This record gives sequence, structure tokens and C-alpha cells, in this order.
Amino acid sequence: MQHSALAQKPLTHLDRLEAESIHIFREVAATFAKPVMLYSIGKDSSVLLHLAMKAFYPAPPPFPLLHVDTTWKFREMIAFRDRMAAELGFDLLVHINEEGVREDINPFDHGSNTHTHIMKTVALRQALDKHGFDAAFGGARRDEEKSRAKERIFSFRNAQHAWDPKNQRPEMWKIYNTRIAPGESIRVFPLSNWTELDIWQYILKENIPIVPLYFARKRPVVERDGMLIMVDDDRMKLRPGEEIEERIVRFRTLGCYPLTGAIESEADTLEAIVREMLTAQTSERQGRLIDRDEAGSMEKKKREGYF
Amino acid sequence: MHVKPEMPREDAELRDYLTHQEEKSLLRFITCGSVDDGKSTLIGRLLYDTKLIFEDQLAALGRDSQKYGTTGEDLDFALLVDGLEAEREQGITIDVAYRFFATPKRKFIVADTPGHEQYTRNMVTGASTADLAVVLVDARQGVLPQTRRHSFIASTLGIRHLVLAVNKIDLVDYSREVFERIVADYRSFAADLGFRTIVPIPLSARFGDNVTTGSKNMPWYDGPSLIHHLETVEIGADAEKPLRFPIQYVNRPNLDFRGFAGTVASGSLAAGDEVVVAKSGQRSKVKRILNGSAEVGKAGEGSAITVLLEDEIELSRGNMLVAPMARPHVADQFTARIIWFGERPLLPGRQYILRTETDSTNATVSELKYRVNINNFAHEAAKSLELNEIGECNISTQTPIAFDTYAENHVTGAFILIDRMTNATVGAGMIIHPLRRAENIHWQALDVDRNKRAELKNQKPAVLWFTGLSGSGKSTIANLLEKKLAASGRHTYILDGDNVRHGLNRDLGFTAEDRVENIRRVAEVAKLMTDAGLIVLVSFISPFRAERRLARELMEEGEFAEVFVDTPFEECARRDPKGLYARALKGEIKNFTGVDSPYEAPENPEIHLETLGRSPEEMVEALERWLEERESADGRHDDRN
Ligand SMILES: Nc1nc2c(ncn2[C@@H]2O[C@H](COP(=O)(O)OP(=O)(O)O)[C@@H](O)[C@H]2O)c(=O)[nH]1
Repeated sequence: MQHSALAQKPLTHLDRLEAESIHIFREVAATFAKPVMLYSIGKDSSVLLHLAMKAFYPAPPPFPLLHVDTTWKFREMIAFRDRMAAELGFDLLVHINEEGVREDINPFDHGSNTHTHIMKTVALRQALDKHGFDAAFGGARRDEEKSRAKERIFSFRNAQHAWDPKNQRPEMWKIYNTRIAPGESIRVFPLSNWTELDIWQYILKENIPIVPLYFARKRPVVERDGMLIMVDDDRMKLRPGEEIEERIVRFRTLGCYPLTGAIESEADTLEAIVREMLTAQTSERQGRLIDRDEAGSMEKKKREGYF
Repeated sequence: MHVKPEMPREDAELRDYLTHQEEKSLLRFITCGSVDDGKSTLIGRLLYDTKLIFEDQLAALGRDSQKYGTTGEDLDFALLVDGLEAEREQGITIDVAYRFFATPKRKFIVADTPGHEQYTRNMVTGASTADLAVVLVDARQGVLPQTRRHSFIASTLGIRHLVLAVNKIDLVDYSREVFERIVADYRSFAADLGFRTIVPIPLSARFGDNVTTGSKNMPWYDGPSLIHHLETVEIGADAEKPLRFPIQYVNRPNLDFRGFAGTVASGSLAAGDEVVVAKSGQRSKVKRILNGSAEVGKAGEGSAITVLLEDEIELSRGNMLVAPMARPHVADQFTARIIWFGERPLLPGRQYILRTETDSTNATVSELKYRVNINNFAHEAAKSLELNEIGECNISTQTPIAFDTYAENHVTGAFILIDRMTNATVGAGMIIHPLRRAENIHWQALDVDRNKRAELKNQKPAVLWFTGLSGSGKSTIANLLEKKLAASGRHTYILDGDNVRHGLNRDLGFTAEDRVENIRRVAEVAKLMTDAGLIVLVSFISPFRAERRLARELMEEGEFAEVFVDTPFEECARRDPKGLYARALKGEIKNFTGVDSPYEAPENPEIHLETLGRSPEEMVEALERWLEERESADGRHDDRN
């Protein structure tokens, strides 16, 4: 018997994070009847997908991906989504809140709050109920926002999909309580302990494909409410005095185009993005209109079933 | 104000820089202590001083400080971490917050844990994965009950490094005396908690003294700043532990691939290594190891890998691959320390779900050994564990689990308890040692008792004590009875004087003392057998009333029947099956019953068999009738026919 006598080198920081995430993926696959992975097409989702592929290699991930489409995503995001599904061969479900579409719910007339609630939160609940998923992976990180910093990796939701922040299950070691009653579910966050910088470093290291909107390019934008909003299609009505300008911009985070601010940047490679990250003076949420609506807005949305 | 360090400009430089970042070690720590001792403020200060707060977050902090702050015009750093609405409104920490920051030397994950006893579960959540605890004490208050409590929990969870942060030192005029008094106080009770390092630091979270830099206000202090200590403390990489690879998921995409996926809990493994399945002892060799899609030669602690073996062996989730020469315990009983979070108390005998990292089984607390008094760490007798109490107990699982002690291995020595009705996580457990069955008699008494065993055998245990002269017919009758009972499905055993004298009682002779001891032992054995649910036929001359009374008194009421096999001396001496009477009458055997030693006939035997003129079958029928009457009188087994 020849036993590996030499001690292993300790894992690097990214190896550690990767191993933890893979462990979480496998735990869900082993203990839940019907898991699903929420796929929002952004960089975190790209990392999530990459990790899921690794966790079950050579098998494909044993669960489908679900994209909740608000119908206001950047066109490049949808194209990227369909390309990835074709290349990697995963099972992609797309859900749109048809009621919302019939009522023409949109961020311009109804405001970001109502739009997000109906087209994202309610739509998500509809999709989860329709398929009867008992566990749903999301790409949220604890460094994103204060109420996220408080959330468990396995986060319990009651039958109404609501989060009760004051009554979370204790979560000791890597021992996860995966038991739920019928109708209840768990939201699972494999990237909980990653930071934005970790995400970019990992994308760089593993060469993970991401939506081109993250790279600086000349794009048509207008300045609105102190943000640079990209004019992605002709549903975007200009307000008096607004003018479309071509500027070199990129996005730190992606969502519905009318609600997502671009930043002026020259970073057109992954290296340049990481370098920019290292010197950033503001958080990525700066570019998201929805979090500025009110203090504690993220917690409130989460309690209602938002991811 | 927030100037980041010089950044690499070239791609090559950037990659070097990132590699260096990558190889930094990680320290996970918690801040704990009583409410208002300044935990959240300290973390906010750490994040701020290590330039981890973005401008927009700082602006938000400014707004929040006006609205909820407790620091007047200044920024209230606690609001950087108290992220829940209820926390901000009540100004308390309810749940643990995880924060990430780095210095040029190390990366840190800090868990800010709540101070209220009510939220112990959240404190334990943070502490379970920490290498070090920063215990805060308000310099004005000194050591409080929560300081002890949190120190004890940290110690119980295996945290070995501790910083005693004497905070708000600004409010006691940076007094050395106050600091030293608190340190002495703390050391006096923490001495027994098993911390390898206790580093006391006087600091002001609010103003930053000794947080990231030294302090002009305390020239008397020459120890490290908090950050300096956190950056440099050696979290002793223990000697390499033996391989533990808990199977998490079996990956079987096609018939040619059967991969065992999991995270290496300790040790390492390489292709070609011999490994053993913990629960079955089956051996195999590692064929391949996959890390993601990449084949690797070797993998160590913390790696999430997929292992392929040379042989098709039985192995599934909940089991482990381990080093052949150093295997874990596999047992269904062990002693563990429990921290209880349930609203309803922990009760011995109630069933819970026990979950280890990958295994799950039903479990019962068979015995609650003691509860820890959090004020003086004394062990107190207890019948239950209430919310937030800590105790030590014996646990019995429905199926055996593979484990190490928590002291040896935190991954394989820990478990949680889940309420079967509500699915709530109600307890955290740390295994102290396995139990051999004999050490855990309580459990035996608790669930499977003599009634249960008798019930399983569908009979009422009894001792039929055959007494009579040598050659009176005791053994003949007992043997025939046993055959008939066995034929009707009864479970029996015969204790025969001669047989027992060859084994158990080999050391005894025929003196008065030895005779008594002889009977005592046989009676004790018979008693254990009735406990086991058997019908015991004891065939012993047992000439003295006192001996037979001794036997009777050992048994449960109604379970003992004296059977007097009454054959006259002359008849016995005439039969003399073993030639013993002849020799005794010649004086060759001393102390022979009926010859030179008396036989005291029973005065009130349950059954009196006068053997002269009756066949053994007749007499056995009489005994059977007696047994049957006894059973149906009890009404317990009338479903038998
Ligand atoms: N003067 C002074 N006040 C402090 C210090 N640290 C914390 N505080 C104040 O003590 C109060 C409680 O602090 P907080 O961080 O919320 O305590 P926690 O409950 O342990 O998280 C707040 O009003 C802080 O501003 C300190 O070093 N000096």
C-alpha cells in the first residue's frame, strides 16, 4: 500500500470558493426531488453555470435552467442565453408573466418597483409553482448588499415563497438541513461567499464566456436620473431634452435595460475589467435603479419572494 | 480619502498580482460578546480602515447614521453590518452577517454574531466555521454573563484562538488598570476552556485605537493592533489527518462511469491508493480522480472531486472512503455535546433526525448526562435541555454512522438534530466518543425492556425450579418438557446442575458456602434469562429451603415455580443411574444429599410431582397445564391459538 505521504498544498482562494460551490450543487442534487437553477444571464449566472457543469461532469447538470424574462432584457443577453443553451446543451425553461404582458407592465409607465414586482418577483413565483420546484439555485452573493450578507446558503421559503429573516434556520459547518414540507422550498446560493472581484478573477482564470455588454464599446446612451441608460430598442421613449449619444461604456451588472446604468470605461478585455475592479470606488449596485428606491428595499423584495 | 494601493498596469503584472492574491491564506473569525459591546462597530471599522467601503456605500452610511445612528454627527459603523430592517430599527444584531475583507497579508471572512442569548443559534452558526474568536468586552462593564457564554460556546465548537478585545477604552480614559483588571478576570475563568492563544487588546472600535494601527492614547500598551494580530496569528495547520472522503453524490451518467462525488474532509488521496469503505470494510483502489472535467493525480483536504474505483463495490451517499490504516468509528451509540435551539425542550427518548455532512438517520437521546451551568461551567443533573442550553448526552441512532470524534475531525465529528414534525434545526452536536453497548445500559432499559423481549417471543418468562434427590427424575422430566415446549414454539433453556458445575461454577466445591454461591450464581443466570424472555428450567438438587428461597426472591413476582420431584430415597438409591448412591453409602463421597447431608423437602411447592407409578409424560402434562393457566390468566397471549 502506497499512501500519499506528502501533505497537499493548501487550496488557493479561488479553489476554495470553487470547491465550496460545487459541494453545494451536489448537496442539492442528492437531496431534492426537483431542483432548478435560476439563470439571469449575467456574470454571476455565467459563473454559476460553469460551476454546475463542473460539479456533475461528465453528466450534464441534473436540473433545468430557468430564465424569468421580463421582456425588457438587453437584446444581447437573450442572444447570449440562446447561444449558451445550444452550445452546452442544458435544459432551458423561459417564463414570462403573460398577465403582465397583457397589461403592458413596463418600467417607463409603472416605475421600476411595480415593473420588477410583477415581471420578476411574481413571474418567478408563477414559474416555481407551475413546475413544482423544491429547490432553486440563485447567484446572489453576500457582499452585494446588507440583507444578503445575512442570508443562509440554504435559505428556507414557506409555501408563499416568503423569506422570514428573523427566523432563519441555523446553518452549522457544511451540514445543511434540506428537509421541507410539501409546498415549501429552499433557495440555494452557491456563490454566497464570493465577492465581485472573485467573480471576475474566476472568469479570467477559467475563461468563462460572458455577455459582451460587460466589455467597453461605443454604445447609444442617454443620461437620465444621473445614470447612463442604453437605448436598446425603440420602446425607449426620449424625454424632452434627452439626446442619444454614442459613448464608450460598459456594464458592471446586467438587468432590464431601462433600469441598468452603464459606466464610462475603456475596459475592453477581462484583464482591463479586473484592473478597473481593483481600483473601483463604488459598488456594483450603484448601477441598479431598483435598489435605490428605498432603504431596505432588497430585504423587502426578498421577503416577497424576489431572489 | 479612499486611495487604493498602486495597481498593476500590464497584463503580465496583473497576473502576477492576482496569483499573489490567490495564495494568501484565509482566516475565518467571529466577533462575539454581549449586546452593545461594539461588535458591529468594530467590523464596520475594520471594513472602513481596510478600504472596503465603496463611496456609494459610504454615502448611504452617512444617510443611515442620521436616521438610525447612535453616534451623533459621526458615522455609525454598526449600520454597515446590521443589514435587516428589524436590526436597524431596534439597534441590535439579530442574525449573523458575513463580511469579506483583505489586507496585503491575508484574506478574512468575519461573521458578526448577535449578542442576545435569544439568538444563540445564530452565534453558533457563525462560530461553527471560525478559526478564531474576537470576544468583545465593554471596558466600563467588564466580563458579563454573555462574555462567558460566548467564550464557552466558542470553546465547545473547537475554536482554539481567542482575542479578548477590551473595547470602548476611550470611555475609561484609556486606563491601564481597567484593562488589566478585565484581562485578569477573563483569564481566571477561561483557563479551562482549552484556548491555545488568548491575546488581550485594548481598543476603541469607534475611534480606531489599536484596530488597524497603534494608539497614541495608550503608550503603556506595546502589544499588536487587532489587524496585525489577525494577519499573523498561526492557525496551527494540524498534523495531516487520515483520509476521510464522505460520499455526497453518486454520478452515474452511463454504464461505464460510476463516480463518487464529494469533498475531501481530511487527508488526501491519489490514483493507485488503497481505500476502504468505512461502513463495510470493503477494499478497493483509486482508479481516477476528477476535479471538474480535469483528471488530477492527487487531491487533498477541501477539494470537491469525483473518484472512480477499480472495483464495483457497494458505496453510496452517507458512507465514506477512508485510509485503510486509520479508520473512523462505525457505531450506533456515542456520547456528544449538544447545543439546543429547539423551542420545545430536548427530551431523552424522543426521536429526532440526525444529519451529518452527508448521512441522515433517526436518533434518540438515550441518556442526558448533564447540563452545563453557563455561569460557573458546572455540570448539573437535568431531565431535559431547554432552548439555548448546552449538555452532554448519549445518542443512539437507528443505523450506524461513520464518524470521528469532534476533537479529531470537525467535519466528520459534527452533526445537527432536526425536529421530525417541523423540520426545524433544533440542535448542534459534537461527538466526544463512541460507546460500547455495555456502557450504555440506560438505553437498553429505555426502549427494549424485558416486556418487549417477552412480547417478541410471544410468551411469559418463567423459572421452573426442579428440586429433588439425585436420581429423582428432575433431568428426565425437564428434558421432556423442553422438547414439548419447543415443539409449540416456546423459547426455553435448561440449567443443569452438572453442566453448570463444569463451566460457570467450576471453581466451587460442596462446602456450605460454596453451595450457597452455587445456587446464587445459577439463580442470577436464570434471572437474566427471564429478562431475555426465556422459560428457564433449572434442574438442581438444591436441598436447602434457604437456598431455594434465595432463588425465589431474585425473580419477579409470579415468575418462579418450585417443582418438587418427589421420589422416595429408597427408589432413588435403587435406580442409582450414575452409581453415586453406592459409592456414597460406602463413604466414598462426602456430603451426599440423603446419605450424610439432609434434604429439606419443600413445604409449599407450586407443583408437587409424586413420581412413583406415574410416567414422565403424565407429569410433563401437569407442568404444561400449569404454564398455560398462568399465561391465559394474564390474558396476554390468547391470540396465539
Ligand atoms: N465610545 C465608544 N463607543 C463605542 C465603541 N464601540 C462601539 N461603541 C458604541 O457602542 C454602541 C453599541 O455598538 P454596536 O456595535 O451596535 O454593538 P454590538 O451590539 O456589539 O454590535 C454604539 O452606540 C457604538 O457607537 C468604542 O470603542 N468607543
